[in-house]
Amino acid sequence: MIAELGHFALALALILAFAQTCLPLLGAQHRDARLMASAAPLAVGQSVAIAASFACLMYSYAINDTTVLNVVQNSHSAKPMLYKITGTWGNHEGSLILWVLILALCGLAVAAFGRDLPSTLKARVLGVLGLVSVGFLLFILKTSNPFERMWPPPPDGQGLNPILQDIGLAMHPPLLYLGYVGYAVTFAFAVAALIEGRVDAAWGRWVRPWSLAAWAFLTLGIALGSWWAYYELGWGGYWFWDPVENASLLPWLIGTALLHSAIVVEKREALKTWTVLLAIIAFGMSLLGTFLVRSGVLNSVHSFANDPERGMFILALLLFYVGGAFLLFAWRAQIMVPTGIFAPVSREGAIVLNNLLVCSITAVVFVGTLWPMFADALFGAKVSVGPPFFNMASFPLVVPLLLAMAAGPLMPWKRAQLWPVVQRLWAAAVVGLLAFFVALLLTGERVLPAVGFAFAAWTIGAALTDLADRTALFRTSLSNSWARARGLSRAAWGAAIAHAGVGVVAAGIAGMGLAQERLIAMAPGDTTQMAGYTWRLDGVRDHTGPNYTARRATITVLRDGEVLHVMEPSRRWFPIGRQHTTEVSIRTNLLYDLYAVIGEEDAATGKAVIRIHYNLLAPWLWIGSFIMALGGALSLADRRVRISAPARKAAAQAAPA
Amino acid sequence: MTPATRRILLFAPFAVAAAGGVAFYGMLQGMRTGEYNPRGVPSALIGRSPPDFTLPPLEGVETPALTSADLQNLPGPVIVNFWASWCVPCIIEHPQLMRLHREGVPVFGIAYKDRPEDSLRFLRERGNPYRRLSRDEPGRVAIDWGVYGVPETYLLDRQGIIRWRFAGPITQDVLDQDIRPLLRRWAS
Repeated sequence: MIAELGHFALALALILAFAQTCLPLLGAQHRDARLMASAAPLAVGQSVAIAASFACLMYSYAINDTTVLNVVQNSHSAKPMLYKITGTWGNHEGSLILWVLILALCGLAVAAFGRDLPSTLKARVLGVLGLVSVGFLLFILKTSNPFERMWPPPPDGQGLNPILQDIGLAMHPPLLYLGYVGYAVTFAFAVAALIEGRVDAAWGRWVRPWSLAAWAFLTLGIALGSWWAYYELGWGGYWFWDPVENASLLPWLIGTALLHSAIVVEKREALKTWTVLLAIIAFGMSLLGTFLVRSGVLNSVHSFANDPERGMFILALLLFYVGGAFLLFAWRAQIMVPTGIFAPVSREGAIVLNNLLVCSITAVVFVGTLWPMFADALFGAKVSVGPPFFNMASFPLVVPLLLAMAAGPLMPWKRAQLWPVVQRLWAAAVVGLLAFFVALLLTGERVLPAVGFAFAAWTIGAALTDLADRTALFRTSLSNSWARARGLSRAAWGAAIAHAGVGVVAAGIAGMGLAQERLIAMAPGDTTQMAGYTWRLDGVRDHTGPNYTARRATITVLRDGEVLHVMEPSRRWFPIGRQHTTEVSIRTNLLYDLYAVIGEEDAATGKAVIRIHYNLLAPWLWIGSFIMALGGALSLADRRVRISAPARKAAAQAAPA
Repeated sequence: MTPATRRILLFAPFAVAAAGGVAFYGMLQGMRTGEYNPRGVPSALIGRSPPDFTLPPLEGVETPALTSADLQNLPGPVIVNFWASWCVPCIIEHPQLMRLHREGVPVFGIAYKDRPEDSLRFLRERGNPYRRLSRDEPGRVAIDWGVYGVPETYLLDRQGIIRWRFAGPITQDVLDQDIRPLLRRWAS
């Protein structure tokens, strides 16, 4: 009964979404205030219906209703309640419901807090959001109904995949979806603007917070996914250039470009056509990611169940939305005339450079991800594009990006002089050079990581310079600077902090370039030396957990004869799922991680394969990502977002949605 | 920039998206018909005959040995499966092999780097899906085939030409989406 209610609510939501598409768009066309006003209540209705449907599915999971096929496939009564609940969106069907739920709530936020938006723009934005919702609801109902019944019910579910019972993984999709769906909102704004034929500062003021919120969530989502891969998969790495990872990186990169160009639209009414195009591409990349992951065209470790039928449907959606928006763009973008004019050397110019570089990196990742598939399908050639390609192709683009990123915020709008900016960056340059030589000395002349440290120090130094500059630090009294610091806009703080976060991540990447690892077969009592530590295998014991048995190794890490850590990595065997998992043991002091994994044991020799890693600055990867997202959040709390009514509320709502 | 160039430029995103859409459509169609398999691993042997080999049978079962002579002039497509008792994914794919066996599809097996008594215990506990079975304890023949790791499965057509290779367990999906279409395709 509950499942049928959920199914019905979903169908109801489809009808409401369809009405939300037609009525406001028609109303905006004919300037009919009543039709336009219907958008808000329809958005409310749609949200309630989808929320009800989601709640029904969650309930089926919570009570482990084995008459529901989706629950049978993805859950099990022996799972802890937390993972039963998070299992609601841990599968293809449920995650789509979460997707449309977030989309509906975002629409609700636009409807509820967009009172100061021009009425036709608001109606059109909500209409386009309704149209996006229609497509995805149709997709769910047609190919991925989570409420399908199963009769007779099996005694219990089959979904006890132990790898997926993890809080990091449970939180990863919702964060990513908040990002993806945020780009659906900027997409709706872009399409509405194309229909209106008008992009102005007010439009930019609305788009910026949405793209900022989407970007911050996507940053957190990607970082969380990377962290999960780091500690759960037990391969010691944090980024594998896996197609599924790249699929989330693509919208992030375009979103980064969008975020910056939206500032130019807001402040200077320039780059309008470009920003609209980026907004369409950002959503297109989100959909492309969904398509790649769900259709099975990719060969990846993390992909969902593959299904060409679903792939066809998503492809149709992708072409409908993105192709349609591009057609509209080709037809209407002529009308948009930039009013703000700027010199090549200026804040705008720096942002254009940032956009070009970020888009080039996107192109590299895009081609590297898709080329093997196209080569296979078109020429029958199996090629593999691995991390060396991505690293080598993106490195020459990241270097000028980091250089420009430092200079941009120090430049005034409209027209700038390069030399004064360079002069103000001398301190950052000195710090960068110093970092380079110190790293070179300490690491035994490993050039690439040293370059990485140099740029990390440079980026952080430049962000601090920007803050010092704005607060006139060292040029006036400390109390005066303090007063200026307090008066500084949160957007300025946010930008500097986010840029510093990039520097921290760069340091983490450079540090991981110096990571050491060793794979060694050890008998109990054996010791090995790595990274200045003595690692001793004390023994391997049996261990029994609630639903698994395990072999657990005890490894003592010593330095100069003193015991520093005792690490206990294990290999678990889950008999119900017939699955092995590795439980990594990690000891961190925020500067480096010691990381140990136990592999196969050889009964004949009594030796166990042990893999140990010394991961320098690994925690900084996630700390840096968090700092970046924090910068984004701070920028969202800016006065001009809070005070100016239109932008303010969108931003405030993005968080709970 | 002239208005005409601008017009063309503004159409560029649509053109790129449309081209990409057509390519993806082709890919999905290929997956439906079994002509395109994104999960296949490249093999130098695709389109060629397997290398010559003779291997001993597994003592204790009735199943005769598999040699390269048995892979020529076949009545229909056959499957050659490299497996081992110590390999967990081999347990996962075993029911699918049994199903093929029951349906009359010739499944040939080569036990890779496995002690005969372990192979035997595996087959006694779970059932024997193999019409012919050899053991390759040193793993030399597997090297000639270019085996990546077990389980690994090859599909040969009636002339004994290798048409398909798959590294990893044959799950229900692989059976339905890859093997069955391939068996149909190479039946004649």
